[in-house]
Amino acid sequence: MSTRLSSGGRLVNRGKAVEFTFNGRRLKGYEGDTLASALLAGGQMMVGRSFKYHRPRGLVASGAEEPNALVNLGEGGRFEPNQRATTTELFDGLTCTSQNHWPSLEFDIGAINNKLARVLPAGFYYKTFMAPRAAWKYLFEPIVRHSAGLGRAPKDRDADRYEHFYAFVDVVVIGGGIAGLQAAKAAGAGGAKVLLMEQTPHWGGRAPVDGGEVGGMAAGDHVTTLVNDLKAMPNVTMRTRMMGAGVYDHGYVLGYERVRDHAPDTPGPRHRLWRIRAGRIVTATGAIERPLSFAGNDVPGVMLASAMRDYLVDYGVSPGDRTVVVTNNDDAYRTAIALKHAGLEVPVVLDARAAGGGALAEEARGLGIRVATGKGIAKVKGGKRVTGVSICLQEGEGAALEEIKCDAVAMSGGWSPVVHLWSHCGGKLIWDDMQAHFRPDADRPPLGADGAGFVIAAGAGNGAMDLRAILADATGAGTAAAQETGHAGGETPVPEVAAQPEAAMMPVWLMPQGAGPDLRMKAWLDYQNDVKVSDVMLAAQEGYESVEHTKRYTTLGMATDQGKLSNINGLATLASQLNAPIPSVGTTTFRPPYTPISMGAIAGEARAEVFQPLRRTPIHDWHEAQGAHFEPVGQWRRPYCFPRGGESHAEAVRREIDQTRGSLGILDASTLGKIIVTGPDAPKFMDMLYTNMMSSLKPGKCRYGLMCNENGFLMDDGVVARLDEETFLVHTTTGGAEHIHGHMEEWLQTEWWDWKVYTANVTEQFVQIGVVGPNARKLLDKLGGMDVSKEAMAFMEWKDGTLGGFDARVFRISFSGELSFEIAVAASVGRAFWDTLLEAGEEFGITPYGTEALHVMRAEKGFIMIGDETDGTVIPQDLGLGWAISKKKEDYLGKRAQTRPHMADPERWKLVGLETLDGSVIPDGAYAVAGGHNANGQRSTQGRVTSTYHSPTLGRGIAMALVHRGPDRMGEVIEIAKLDGSTVSAKIVSPVFYDPEGEKQNV
Amino acid sequence: MLILTCPYCGVKGEETEFHSGGEAHLKRFGPGSSDADFEQYLFMRENPKGVHLERWRHANGCGKWFHAARCTVTLEVFGTYSAQTTEPPQHIRDAISARRPGWTWREFS
Amino acid sequence: MSEAVSALNAATASGVATVEEVGLRGMITLRGDLSGKAVAAAVKAAVGAGVPDVRRIVQGDQGAAAWMSPDELLLLTGYDRAAEAVAAAQDAMGTAHGLVVNVSDARAGFRVSGGGAREVLGKLSPVDFSAEAFGAGQFRRSRLAQVPAAIWANENGSLEVICFRSVAQYVFDLLRVSGETGGEVGFYRA
Repeated sequence: MSTRLSSGGRLVNRGKAVEFTFNGRRLKGYEGDTLASALLAGGQMMVGRSFKYHRPRGLVASGAEEPNALVNLGEGGRFEPNQRATTTELFDGLTCTSQNHWPSLEFDIGAINNKLARVLPAGFYYKTFMAPRAAWKYLFEPIVRHSAGLGRAPKDRDADRYEHFYAFVDVVVIGGGIAGLQAAKAAGAGGAKVLLMEQTPHWGGRAPVDGGEVGGMAAGDHVTTLVNDLKAMPNVTMRTRMMGAGVYDHGYVLGYERVRDHAPDTPGPRHRLWRIRAGRIVTATGAIERPLSFAGNDVPGVMLASAMRDYLVDYGVSPGDRTVVVTNNDDAYRTAIALKHAGLEVPVVLDARAAGGGALAEEARGLGIRVATGKGIAKVKGGKRVTGVSICLQEGEGAALEEIKCDAVAMSGGWSPVVHLWSHCGGKLIWDDMQAHFRPDADRPPLGADGAGFVIAAGAGNGAMDLRAILADATGAGTAAAQETGHAGGETPVPEVAAQPEAAMMPVWLMPQGAGPDLRMKAWLDYQNDVKVSDVMLAAQEGYESVEHTKRYTTLGMATDQGKLSNINGLATLASQLNAPIPSVGTTTFRPPYTPISMGAIAGEARAEVFQPLRRTPIHDWHEAQGAHFEPVGQWRRPYCFPRGGESHAEAVRREIDQTRGSLGILDASTLGKIIVTGPDAPKFMDMLYTNMMSSLKPGKCRYGLMCNENGFLMDDGVVARLDEETFLVHTTTGGAEHIHGHMEEWLQTEWWDWKVYTANVTEQFVQIGVVGPNARKLLDKLGGMDVSKEAMAFMEWKDGTLGGFDARVFRISFSGELSFEIAVAASVGRAFWDTLLEAGEEFGITPYGTEALHVMRAEKGFIMIGDETDGTVIPQDLGLGWAISKKKEDYLGKRAQTRPHMADPERWKLVGLETLDGSVIPDGAYAVAGGHNANGQRSTQGRVTSTYHSPTLGRGIAMALVHRGPDRMGEVIEIAKLDGSTVSAKIVSPVFYDPEGEKQNV
Repeated sequence: MLILTCPYCGVKGEETEFHSGGEAHLKRFGPGSSDADFEQYLFMRENPKGVHLERWRHANGCGKWFHAARCTVTLEVFGTYSAQTTEPPQHIRDAISARRPGWTWREFS
Repeated sequence: MSEAVSALNAATASGVATVEEVGLRGMITLRGDLSGKAVAAAVKAAVGAGVPDVRRIVQGDQGAAAWMSPDELLLLTGYDRAAEAVAAAQDAMGTAHGLVVNVSDARAGFRVSGGGAREVLGKLSPVDFSAEAFGAGQFRRSRLAQVPAAIWANENGSLEVICFRSVAQYVFDLLRVSGETGGEVGFYRA
């Protein structure tokens, strides 16, 4: 049974107890504990069920590589699934539950899958797809659905906030172990601006636990010295609880800082995602111990030897009373020695190497520990907890030589450098035969903007496996990083390190090496994804020779593990099955993030009111206060209508139209784009932009114009006012201002850069208000200050002046068919002007109207709307706008394209009006059907509806549509498909439904 | 995420400040041009594995268009230069040659 | 026109930094050949300043001039004298090719001051706001989260932000949220 020892634990504060609950059970830990160490201290070795077979699983590791101890953490708005107990700092009031079990962790019905293991082999998911359909639906899908998935998805809104931070440094050092500290010191001494990050709350990594002597002092004390040295360097920033999540192009690094996970009730952001640009990145990411593949290596109580040492030394927690150590290298002897020193029993160290270990093995023997060489574990006994092991010859097939009772097993299969960050952006690896691992190949680093390598690996993360080599390597890395970023300051000496000779490790990919099928079926490679030695062998037999294919077929190294524990053992198993050397099998791709980061951190500040920018006109608050129903138009929110009392939206729209056509309406048209185009070549430029002739427009006049792209397709429309000989004011659609301004600048900068033209986007300088209806002129007259009579200001003219004391520019233009003025005033007085109009217009029943009334009124007049009648494939000629295309101009953007045969084809769909015979409203986007079917068996079509509304003015449904040879077919009745499959009959008519002679606006 | 240096304002900015604009040095063909020329101009684009000349705009910045010479394989940036030219200037060609001897792109080398 | 109001009517917020909408301000877009005599004369006439260097803002006796792009400056002056400054600049430009336009109402401005000012901006823009990299007089256009913005550093250590008027509320909320107490980063050295 795991328990807290009476003394020890360098990271815990025994003076401060902390309470938490696991599956509702109240437990106690100490300040400084991780959730994992506290669970172990509370006797809770079993922490979850496996993903596929629902096997009982316990803690295996002590850090980010932990595959099993994933819990549901927190409640409500702070609930988060799949949190690693080993990287979760304990705090008072923490609540968590285990995952992947039903109804309880101890008794789980899903564990039946374990009994079905023989029918759930590698590629199970894919194989089920080949079964009869019925089998999938009734047999496999329920099983897969029930077993799949890790934790539950959160249901509540996240209670915390998150943020980003952009940092710029010369050198980023990832990893605050002894190598990272040393590298940061060397880079800092060189004069570089350094950011050093460590994912845990503590500096020093494994050094304080693993021991050794640096510069005449214990490694742990040397770490303290290094930390103090670095704190004194003004050019070095140190952050704990910050993980190097990913390395990307051109020195971009994501740092994931868990600011308040350990103190959730303090104010501030929970996580901060650092978006860092660095000249050089030093990856001092250390190494991860590998499991050994023997039968029952997943039974709770089997742990990595180094993890067991961590729990003992860092937290004063013993994972068991009697621990069998099994290893293929010297390092695991440190665990045996530490256990013995803590007064715990170590019945035997099983060393797979026939020759055994070096000095550490001698030290263990000296403490009275039995060491058996050339031996391994045939099988672990026990279900929810280890009860014993049977010992065998490593070189045999697993015949039991002896059974030993124990309640824990410490295993070590050697060490693999953490090469993830080196590899994220293309750094390549080489195979190290001595250590049986892949390590960074310094000759093939990730390349930066200048073509030089920008990542330097250091320490154990670079394959330097003993303290002396680690410190030498880290010093070199830090110095190089400083020099390569232009800093050649002070030199950092490599500290003296006492030699620690170790005997060579021996690769062991299967224990025992001749293990038969029954043992291989219980030897786990990937705990998290339930992949066994037998699965990888099966995949190889079935022809999955590529490591990437095997990964997907078996799910080896997928999900949150990303190959941390399983990678090398899996590759080696595949290689041995394929009879190929490991390096030729290669590795799967390491993808960021190193361990999962929160969705909140990715979103940063972008949530709630700042989820995305909302653009507001200066009259927005008034609209809101009136209870306007808004619709998004680009990033703007425009009032769709202004419902009053209990009005429906349709009723409000009808009232707004009736009142506007009957007396007076006003519209906030401030969102319309307004662009100044000026210069000696402005007329020439305008002629290129528009299909019409704009150079002939007289100052004081307005003209409606069309803009096409080089493809010939209509992209924007609007009214152009000529301000003076050299200056035009271009109005664009609401969504088009930035886009059209960009379009202008693109042509001016990249094609006609010798033309003397300047543009300026002045959209937001003005509030623009449409004053519309038969009483529009009366209202302006009432305000006074300008003569807007028919004689003084004809249709399509504009004037500067004052209205009711406001400096104003008045355009006499109409998008509704009524007598109409658009009035621009400075945005800062826009609201005051709006209020003035409302007040003065009261006697006319002035009625603010929204975008829907605007749309209906323009459709009644047959005016097109960009985005309704156009979709990027429509040319002006399709819309009956030939009159707006200059025949005289030699060139304009789109002219050449419009002469392509398909564009000039008389068979194109063209704009017409549609009137349903029964007066109903045609559904939006409906198609006009033709006889027969197309190659896909769908009904043939001969047109589509582009705009459709109920017209209150006409009391019936009206629509605009693009119809095959439409204008040639006036009066013809066609069928329009409805959603229910039936059709409605509609007559082809002119798209101008209302006041075709324009008498209403011309008064 | 790339870093580009805007040749107009000198900002060495990250990609989110910029907007890519496709292939550089297109020659416009307008009314009267042949179908073949117009097709080349409007539709046909280089898609090299290696040296590429591109248009970029410093959209969240000074707003100016510029050209970049870049390797599509390693993402190395050989240089950025004015948009107001119909061909890469000599110093850019030299910079590319120094890193990719013997390079060609359309009619340039 | 006494009714003139800025986008957020001088809203403020405080946390690790103080955020204030600066209220009405005269702003003029001036485009032309920045190396030419006409532009120099126009800037002098409008705000009494010299032509700023690339990515700089310079003070004049009637306001300031900031470098927006190789052919564009932003002139800052009092709101009430913007029209006068436009006229003066246009006069001084004479027949030279250029563009002078009043954009006072098209934009909103914010001042971010206090110890956390640089960090607040550093959470929102991909720009190095350390004092070494972004000292007084530096002027930078970039993005602030999802919208374009121009940012400069004042002599007194505060930073100023200009954005489009329609997104003033968004930008204010960004600055406010990023400046909330507890969000200190501690990265920049004083």
